[in-house]
Amino acid sequence: MPAFEVIVWYNVAAGVVLASLMVIHLKDLFKAALFLALTFLTVVGLFILLRAEFLAVVQLLIYVGAISILVIFAVMLTRDVHEGNPFNRLRMPAMTVSSLLLATIVYAVASANWTKLPELTSGSAIHKVFGDTTANLGTVLLNDYALAIEISAVLLVSAIIGAIVLVKER
Amino acid sequence: MPGLEHYLVLSGIVFCIGLYGALSKRNMITVLMSVELMFTGVTIAAVSMSRYIAPAVVLANPNDTGIILNSVLTGQAFALFIITVAAAEVAVGLAIVIAAYRIRKSVDVTELSEMRY
Repeated sequence: MPAFEVIVWYNVAAGVVLASLMVIHLKDLFKAALFLALTFLTVVGLFILLRAEFLAVVQLLIYVGAISILVIFAVMLTRDVHEGNPFNRLRMPAMTVSSLLLATIVYAVASANWTKLPELTSGSAIHKVFGDTTANLGTVLLNDYALAIEISAVLLVSAIIGAIVLVKER
Repeated sequence: MPGLEHYLVLSGIVFCIGLYGALSKRNMITVLMSVELMFTGVTIAAVSMSRYIAPAVVLANPNDTGIILNSVLTGQAFALFIITVAAAEVAVGLAIVIAAYRIRKSVDVTELSEMRY
């Protein structure tokens, strides 16, 4: 059902854009953090449409489950009720820079000559790879990226130690 | 069907919204949330590249599952590492926010100017 997938795609894409705009736009930081969680949740839908099921679950666990909660905790610990979520003096330059970057990205994407994968017809080798991305991703990670996995373990440990050292009472 | 261009434009929109927020907001936590939005945009781009882009080696060997596996799922592996780095970044960033709030009683980035000169 390709038509159904198109409808789902446009709903999810509109959700991503609207929720991320609300993160910037809302005055209340707590609501902005909730909309950040909604952005991550809609990106899960994008990953499922892109046949990245394992990444969708990882996104759900780490972003929606952990990072959003961490951000909400920080919002509550440092809450400044009367301050809200104001802009600094760089508002217009920032808007100019990001609009220019967006225009450049759209122009580059539209004018590039992409070499695309063949269609996922059943029985083809590409269909086999995308048919079971979780197992195949595990194979790739533990063969080609084994060193990177070890380094990311070191990175996470040093991040935990750094966070503990930073918030420790002196 | 939504194709590669749709996903790339969407990731560009999310990235630029995040960039705008990171440059123009005064609250440190909002800046961190905007940086998370930028990470999310990059992740969408990486995963959509892995779904739609064919390296020359895949087009040359359209039936070799091993070659397709190694070259096609690279984008998803990179997305996984981006998520790992983002998790580490947000842990340290929020610890810095808490420490700065404890010392200064404020989370305004424009007031934290000791390292300016």
